[in-house]
Amino acid sequence: MTDLLIESQTLEDRLRSVLPGDVDYASVRLVDERSERLTVRRNQLEPIFNQFDTGVMISIWDAGGLGYAATTDLSEDGLRSAVDRARYWATVTAGSMVTTAAPRNHATGTYVSPVEITWDTLPLDDRIGLLQQQSRLLGIDDRIVNWGASLVRRDVDQLLLTRSRVGATGRIEQRFRFVYPSLQATANEGTNTQTRTFGGHAFCGQGGAEVLGRYGFGDAASQVAEQALELLDAPNCPTGVMDALLAPDQMVLQIHESIGHPLELDRILGDERNYAGTSFVTPEMFGTYQYGSELLNVTFDPTVPGQLASYAFDDDGTPAKRQHLIENGILVRGLGGAVSQERSGVPGVANSRADNWNRPPIDRMANLNVEPGASTLEELIASIEHGVYMHTNNSWSIDDSRNKFQFGCEYGQRIENGEIVGVVRNPGYRGISSTFWRSLSGVADTDSFTVMGTPNCGKGELNQMIGTGHASPACKFSNIEVFGGEA
Amino acid sequence: MTGENGMSSLRDDQAYFDELVTTATAALVGDEVLLANVSGERTDFIRLNQSEVRQAGTIDQRTLTVDLVEGRRHVAGSIRLSGVRSIDDARIAALLVQLREQRRVVADDPFLLYNTEPTSTERIERGSIPAPDAALADIRTAGANRDLVGIYASGDTFSGFGNSLGQRNWFQSSTFNLDWCFYLRADKAAKNLYAGFEWNDDAFAAKVDWSARQVAALGRDPISLPPGEYRTYLAPRAMEEVIQLLSWHGAFGRRAHETRQTPLLKMLVEDVTLSPLVSISEDTANGVAANFQSAGFLRPDSVPLIVDGEYADTLVSPRSAQEYGVPTNGAGDAESPLSVAVSPGTLPTASVGETLGTGLFVGNLWYLNFSDQAACRTTGMTRFATFWVEDGEIVAPVDVLRFDDTAFHLLGDRLEGLTDDAEVLLDTSTYGRRSTGSARLPGAMVGAMRFVL
Repeated sequence: MTDLLIESQTLEDRLRSVLPGDVDYASVRLVDERSERLTVRRNQLEPIFNQFDTGVMISIWDAGGLGYAATTDLSEDGLRSAVDRARYWATVTAGSMVTTAAPRNHATGTYVSPVEITWDTLPLDDRIGLLQQQSRLLGIDDRIVNWGASLVRRDVDQLLLTRSRVGATGRIEQRFRFVYPSLQATANEGTNTQTRTFGGHAFCGQGGAEVLGRYGFGDAASQVAEQALELLDAPNCPTGVMDALLAPDQMVLQIHESIGHPLELDRILGDERNYAGTSFVTPEMFGTYQYGSELLNVTFDPTVPGQLASYAFDDDGTPAKRQHLIENGILVRGLGGAVSQERSGVPGVANSRADNWNRPPIDRMANLNVEPGASTLEELIASIEHGVYMHTNNSWSIDDSRNKFQFGCEYGQRIENGEIVGVVRNPGYRGISSTFWRSLSGVADTDSFTVMGTPNCGKGELNQMIGTGHASPACKFSNIEVFGGEA
Repeated sequence: MTGENGMSSLRDDQAYFDELVTTATAALVGDEVLLANVSGERTDFIRLNQSEVRQAGTIDQRTLTVDLVEGRRHVAGSIRLSGVRSIDDARIAALLVQLREQRRVVADDPFLLYNTEPTSTERIERGSIPAPDAALADIRTAGANRDLVGIYASGDTFSGFGNSLGQRNWFQSSTFNLDWCFYLRADKAAKNLYAGFEWNDDAFAAKVDWSARQVAALGRDPISLPPGEYRTYLAPRAMEEVIQLLSWHGAFGRRAHETRQTPLLKMLVEDVTLSPLVSISEDTANGVAANFQSAGFLRPDSVPLIVDGEYADTLVSPRSAQEYGVPTNGAGDAESPLSVAVSPGTLPTASVGETLGTGLFVGNLWYLNFSDQAACRTTGMTRFATFWVEDGEIVAPVDVLRFDDTAFHLLGDRLEGLTDDAEVLLDTSTYGRRSTGSARLPGAMVGAMRFVL
């Protein structure tokens, strides 16, 4: 299973040959994925799982209609059948579409994930050995009742071919190499169960074996286990209004839920109202709305090397580039691809993405990053009279307008008079997106700035699960409603 | 395998799967055992916003998963099937080569367990589903002069199990599912679901009428309630969110019990109970999911999970069975119910408003998660149709509220009753493929529910 389909000129010729030239816009998007999942749980290797997934999505826009057809049959007959089906849908939907704004790009280009160390240097038995070693470092105490180490690799090749009625053609080839390492230790005593993790919702990215070193995977297990045990003896997080200092691996979630989703233009346009929800943001707010304090600068940046959602083109074929969404606290741009931009009249970005060959593209976050500030982390801690430093998300809930939220973390550190004075368990906080970011009172500098990603963002009808990138330093928020768990 | 609409048909998928497993079995070496699962669908979908089409198309896909066993060593993998025999045979052969190669470096798996007593089954539910253009016409008629948003999905789904020991299991159904809202404005909407095996115009019209009446009720000026405790009725759709959260986080799974990760931990450690009114089961016999799992074990018709508020049993996957020395009961690896049922109670469904008296009528909850999982403290939002009721009459829709409370209150000491009618709720999830999960749930009257934001 080593021949790369994306390198097959025969297949590409076949895909190109079935694209019709008598419609306004046609595309075929091939996705060819190979993945490997390794997990060692309680020092025992779970069954290795390999996945090979290949298919194409045909898209046809014509005479005001739009049709999709997704198939695994890459024979000429299979592809032509899919084209016929997409034509059928374009005919059926003509005259009843929300929009007739077809993608206009017919770009040509390539993208390849930067890989510094290929997996050949860490063959399968070594990968298993590494996980078993980490597992042994996690299961260090009888009170640790469950633990595990895992490593997922995904190689995803995409080829997008486009054609218009007037003869324009495009060809975009992108080869992604994803790595998702994770560790987990769960400690229990009576009714108190505490879990500490590494990776999971934050430490994943593009690249090769160097991604493990990028996040310190080989050095993290002992701390994960020790902190899980430490939490058993820690008091509950205090309740009250105080400062919250959010570590980068909690900022991932904070950015994702209360900046990313509210700014998605398809939510603002109402597409998601039956499922993922709408947004408190309205089109007229772009350009003037004070989204956060002037310390808040947020970029859409698909150019960050090795970040989870870096790419050169979105799945509509729009070239991707770094752009500010929020500048000095002012909302300037939305998260919407070419189709949503035309529908809404709001400036957007190249973020029309599908999670696989069997789903049409919709507006998604890609890399959505809070830019570093000028304070050191130590200065932020020193500036807090009474607060909690929160690490690693473990709970997230937000209303369908992406406004009223409540988030929880694995590990908290109480800060009094500018110093960390102890560990607290079950730290949580709640707020309202539309005002929360105005309480941003400190942004740490590049020393704590961490490039991360989250692998599982769910959205869309049909449902889609996709990876998004987030980078951030530690950030301080003032006068936040903080709480702990039930004793 | 080309069907009437130009893409492949599922009519022959059962036979095709059988042929593939038979061919792969013939290619086994020595005492190898092959466990194979297939899942697939041919789905037409229409996504709508403002009663117009946003996206529409057809998804044709099938996935074959193979676990290649030799003694106690095994490695698994999956491929997409093209439906073209020569291509798929080659893909399977290449997969088997890779799995054998990887198997060389793995040790014996002490938790490997698969069914060695072949029991073949077949369940095929054929429906009568309208052509996509006809369905679209009906839906757009219902949405005329209204703001309809949602998704229509229809077609065949199937799953199968086969092994080299001769076992074959097949489950196939043809269904449609319209999951939609009528929106009034902003976040005020009435959500509804019309799903089944046969499209019936009268049944659909009744659903549309119900939604239209709910939207009319939403037209009154909304009120914002301050945080506090309110007497609350949770409709079956709201209950579904509570039960799903518990299910997904191991409340009913053996592994989560043994590792003390279950959100119902207090029931294990402190003899805390839910209300004696609460009985929960995995009700496979009355669900719409396959009655077999990926290692070839059959699911019993019913597994009692909570009986009269107390733990009865857990869902045990084959791996947990081996690890913890208990029998498997056909659960999947996730050990989460696929066809969960909460037994109905005695509250007359038709008069829940009267029983509520003054309080909150919550039609839907949304985005639940734990504030403190070990204590089963849960947070989430109200969504769609939530009303303030006084003396049994709707007074006003309520702006969204965040609750933060424990299941030991909601389904425990503050539960006053469950309705006498349990609603069948088909899972509308389509991550990867259309779900075959379902739930059968009553509504719940809660004496006081804690809202915090």
